[in-house]
Amino acid sequence: MMAEIENLWVKCPECGTVMYTSDLQENLSVCLNCDYHFRISAKERIELIADKGTFKEQFANIVSTDPLNFFDGKETYREKLQRTMERTGLNEAVIVGTCQIYGIDVELCVMDFNFLGGSMGSVVGEKITRAIEYAAKHKLPLIIVSTSGGARMHEGILSLMQMAKTSAALSYYKSNGGFYISVLTDPTTGGVTASFAMLGDVIIAEPKALIGFAGPRVIEQTIRQKLPEGFQRAEFVRDHGFVDIVVHRKELKDILYKLISIIYNNSR
Amino acid sequence: MEKYFSFEAPIVEIEKRIEELKSTTGLDDNSPEIRELRKQIEDLKNKIYSNLNEWQIVEISRHPNRPTFVDYLNSIFSDFVELAGDRYFGDDKAIIAGFGKLDGRSVCVIGQEKGKDLDDKVKRNFGMPHPEGYRKALRIMKLAERFKIPVLTFIDTAGAYPGIGAEERGQGEAIAKNLFEMAQIRVPIIATVISEGGSGGALAIGVADRVLMLEYAIYSVISPEGCASILWKDASKAPEAAKALKLTAKWCKEFGIVDKIIKEPLGGAHRNPEFVFNNLKSELIKELKVLSKFSPEQLIKMRYNKFRNIGAYEVK
Ligand SMILES: [Zn+2]
Repeated sequence: MMAEIENLWVKCPECGTVMYTSDLQENLSVCLNCDYHFRISAKERIELIADKGTFKEQFANIVSTDPLNFFDGKETYREKLQRTMERTGLNEAVIVGTCQIYGIDVELCVMDFNFLGGSMGSVVGEKITRAIEYAAKHKLPLIIVSTSGGARMHEGILSLMQMAKTSAALSYYKSNGGFYISVLTDPTTGGVTASFAMLGDVIIAEPKALIGFAGPRVIEQTIRQKLPEGFQRAEFVRDHGFVDIVVHRKELKDILYKLISIIYNNSR
Repeated sequence: MEKYFSFEAPIVEIEKRIEELKSTTGLDDNSPEIRELRKQIEDLKNKIYSNLNEWQIVEISRHPNRPTFVDYLNSIFSDFVELAGDRYFGDDKAIIAGFGKLDGRSVCVIGQEKGKDLDDKVKRNFGMPHPEGYRKALRIMKLAERFKIPVLTFIDTAGAYPGIGAEERGQGEAIAKNLFEMAQIRVPIIATVISEGGSGGALAIGVADRVLMLEYAIYSVISPEGCASILWKDASKAPEAAKALKLTAKWCKEFGIVDKIIKEPLGGAHRNPEFVFNNLKSELIKELKVLSKFSPEQLIKMRYNKFRNIGAYEVK
């Protein structure tokens, strides 16, 4: 996705319209013709949500090890991580920190699909858990923007357990008065869907984002039939009762502000 | 004939020779020749089963004669009353839930059942639960909590079912909700991985104060077949994936995921199910005694810390 945006022209994967990259970026990486929401990086997402200059990154110094000595036949997990860090300029699949939204202090976690498909291993689990615990301690509302293919298989069972860890942290946070908004972006699947992504007090999704537990290919292989049009898209998930609001990217910050100021700040 | 694995071939070979000798020469079990051969079998078993690789353990965990949850239910507990339904949509027969007695005390019992014959397997969806299964499990756990009854869960699933209905009814939400709620259930919870602990669908009844695992069970973030098809676009490379994933009880204990490994007879639970039932039963009784000494607040705090501390990372 980033490579396309670096070029002068870009083609919308949804409607095929070709447009200037600069025009697309100006439009928050939303297609000028069909409103398709291109995937954006965590850094772009933070710029979109946080008041200018207010984001302070936390827990950035936590990095993955290779507990399984995982080797995929071509490279070790350590080598893969190193390569991904150099390519993306990120050190993990999530960035967490504090920031302000129109002057309100919040705790913000943003995942990045460019880093091993936004997969959750020990570091993603640990950073998100620490962010939740920080929000609990400092009575901050919490926003997590998800995009993920699920748990990271290179850390095996340790990745699976991050689902329990983050969910337990949210359980503690919410029973201590916390307010959590989950924002689902394309795609959010697997172990992330089956843990913190689905536990928001309010759940927001971007238009047409793929949201589900099992990936569509796995489902098709299991049931041996084509999936219906729009299946597992944000609007479908909303209509089945698992998402509150589908929000256009240009309105995201305003909605977050409204929800926090109307619901959460009323109790303070 | 009983199913055996290729790595068991030398044993089967000697067993055949014993039968041949018996029928051709009329030797009985007490004859020195046959006793010698039996000793060879024991030695071979010791040698083979103490050096099983990850994939061989995966095969044992899926052995068609391996006991399933209902066998544990019938052997370990008495007076079991099954309760059905999530009260929203339906009853998922991939998960059996209810109350019974263990060694005279009331317990809540919840387990995943893969089924016995083909009809039963279809009825139970081969042990792959839908959201209503997880919601039923949670409903029964909440009932147990109100009456201060400890919860015992039994994990045996390839995973939560990947289907249209499951997605429409919120498979992800159902699993997440269980993880969230189980973190604060105010009674002791013990989870036992009896055969196959498949990903989030297993963990959804696995957030516990104590996690036990049978010696030849597996517990993994993804099936070896799934891992192989993602990494190498080839599900037949599952043995390599099993090795890479380190999904055996020994590794799970090493990683701090599992507290105690329940010993199986040589060759696996199907060779002597009573042995496993007895081992597990006495272990459950022992663990419950220990856990019952803690207050609900202490339990919740310890449970939180148990999962809080899982992970491998460095702080630079
Ligand atoms: Zn378009």
